[in-house]
Amino acid sequence: MMTIASSPRQTRAASFADWLEVRLPKLVLAPSVLITLVFVYGFIAWTSILSFTRSKTIPKMEWAGVLQYAKVLGHERWHVAVHNLMIFGVLYVLICMVLGLLIAILLDQRIRHEGTLRAIFLYPMALSFIVTGTAWKWILNPGLGLEKLAHDWGWSSFHFDWIINEQMAIYTIVIAGVWQASGFVMAMFLAGLRGIDQDVIKAASMDGASLPLIYWRIIIPQLKPVFVSALVILTHLAIKSYELVVALTGAGPGYATELPSTFMYAHTFTRNQLGMGAASAVMMLLTVAAIMVPYLYSEVRGPRTSSH
Amino acid sequence: MSSLHIQQVRKSYGSTDILKGIDIGIDDGEFLVLVGPSGCGKSTLLSMIAGLDTVTSGDILIGNQRVNDLHPSKRDIAMVFQSYALYPNMSVAENIAFGMEMRKVPKAEREKAIQDVAKLLQMQHLLDRRPSQLSGGQRQRVAMGRALVRHPQIFLFDEPLSNLDAKLRVDMRTEIKKLHQRLKATIVYVTHDQIEAMTLATKIAVMRNGELQQLGSPSEVYNKPANTFVASFIGSPSMNLIPGRLVPHGDGLALEIEHNTTEGLQIPLPPQPDSVTAYVGKEIIAGLRPEAIGNGNLQKHELTRQVQADLVVTEPTGPDTLAILKLGGFEVTARLEADATYPAGHRGLFTVDLTKLVMFDSQTEQRIA
Repeated sequence: MMTIASSPRQTRAASFADWLEVRLPKLVLAPSVLITLVFVYGFIAWTSILSFTRSKTIPKMEWAGVLQYAKVLGHERWHVAVHNLMIFGVLYVLICMVLGLLIAILLDQRIRHEGTLRAIFLYPMALSFIVTGTAWKWILNPGLGLEKLAHDWGWSSFHFDWIINEQMAIYTIVIAGVWQASGFVMAMFLAGLRGIDQDVIKAASMDGASLPLIYWRIIIPQLKPVFVSALVILTHLAIKSYELVVALTGAGPGYATELPSTFMYAHTFTRNQLGMGAASAVMMLLTVAAIMVPYLYSEVRGPRTSSH
Repeated sequence: MSSLHIQQVRKSYGSTDILKGIDIGIDDGEFLVLVGPSGCGKSTLLSMIAGLDTVTSGDILIGNQRVNDLHPSKRDIAMVFQSYALYPNMSVAENIAFGMEMRKVPKAEREKAIQDVAKLLQMQHLLDRRPSQLSGGQRQRVAMGRALVRHPQIFLFDEPLSNLDAKLRVDMRTEIKKLHQRLKATIVYVTHDQIEAMTLATKIAVMRNGELQQLGSPSEVYNKPANTFVASFIGSPSMNLIPGRLVPHGDGLALEIEHNTTEGLQIPLPPQPDSVTAYVGKEIIAGLRPEAIGNGNLQKHELTRQVQADLVVTEPTGPDTLAILKLGGFEVTARLEADATYPAGHRGLFTVDLTKLVMFDSQTEQRIA
């Protein structure tokens, strides 16, 4: 009865609060949804369209079919870029996972100062790729980095010039990339290790399994979901890695460390081949999608199938 | 199967004493239940028997062998964990066979052992499943299977039933008891549930704050509790502990129960040993089980007494009715017949059976008779 008798002003205020309560989340989210729609999906669409046109310096709406794709696939530099991505991707993902798991297992032995060590290993991930690239460019530069240090200490036969060696330059990118990401992978594995029931380890120990065997047979198999997550994250980081190469080697020497991403940038913005750039970008997108879509699908569907 | 002797076992973390010198010995084939409230050290003691925890001082002997410094896998024991601790990435058969695999038992032998255990626990149809595909009771079975397949000297159970629902818990309890009878195995079993302790054990060790309170058969622990803690911990509803005084009565003694707000009550006692007569005129604590206080359901004999009491409330449980009575001013629980109906505030005569009366020193809380 009291609410009916209350003044119209109060009711209006209450109804505005109700209205706000219902719509506030939508209002707050709207700008980012809009921005994502335009700048992510809009530009994906725009790039896809461009890749089928004869665009060079500026966009030109002239249908070219798959011409730009054929040009990219026939391009010498693209072959180098794909080959490099293979080397970089496989080594980067593998070494990061092995190193990350190893450090996580060592950190999981209830050691002292674990928090400090964890922060130290994780810290590289907080740096931008540009900083990592620049720092490693100095470290690996024969004239002022590791090689010079070894020479100054009197080890004059020490030779480490991968960064200026066409054959070896791609491996310097692996070094810098692994340095940056393995700590992050370590954190993922450590979280996984912490989730393992200690009683299971005790039971295995009572069953007579040695510690390495317990890890190999009981613990690591339980980390399968972490392996999948790490694999997906590292693979897509590898495919889209760009800043690291730019800062570390500038895709050089020559174009020895070209990656699809630097190829795309070079053709789009410096070589006046907008169409080819767009076509290479679409191919990269499809590669990333081929990895991410099944993963996201399994993440969304996963809990439903495993729970019963 | 083997005996187990725990001698003056202590455990400390820094200056904190978790176990303060425990002495327990059981024979081959006995079922020892370690029972006590949480934090009493029972699980720590079990871990130490298993070798998962180190012993600060004292000895643990399995058979005649001192096992203090032996690795868990070398002690010839098997353990069932509260969380079951199954290997989630292996099938049931692989779970059961893992220990044998580690001990390099030939494959054919392993297969046969798996089949035998699966038949014993009636879980042949589960062998290919993963633990995540099993119900709680089935996981429990697999955990027991993994222990049974080892044919160990001693089985250790760490609160194995506490993750099961009430009905399943009672069923599994019976199964464990049947298994013990069939295998004649030596078992050490940890629980906080006194009913599990009473039903399963051949010997109960009641613990509190790292100290052994009493070691004895279920009937000893139930009928002759060593102190008031054991008296109130074992049994549900727990034993009535009534403060009172021993007074001379004719040639013998009487128990006087007097609350300062109401008139006192004197219950004449049968002849008592010297340990009790020394307490004449002194404060004691009288312990009476609820089933020792009743009405028509108690047979009258020379050791029963009629006492006046006020009924406060009745709680029908089905097989019988629990009643809270005011006896000499103190509230006590009585077990009456199932169809007892009394109005609240009813005042009348109730029967007290003195055969099961125990008495404790009011200072030390230790039993005097």
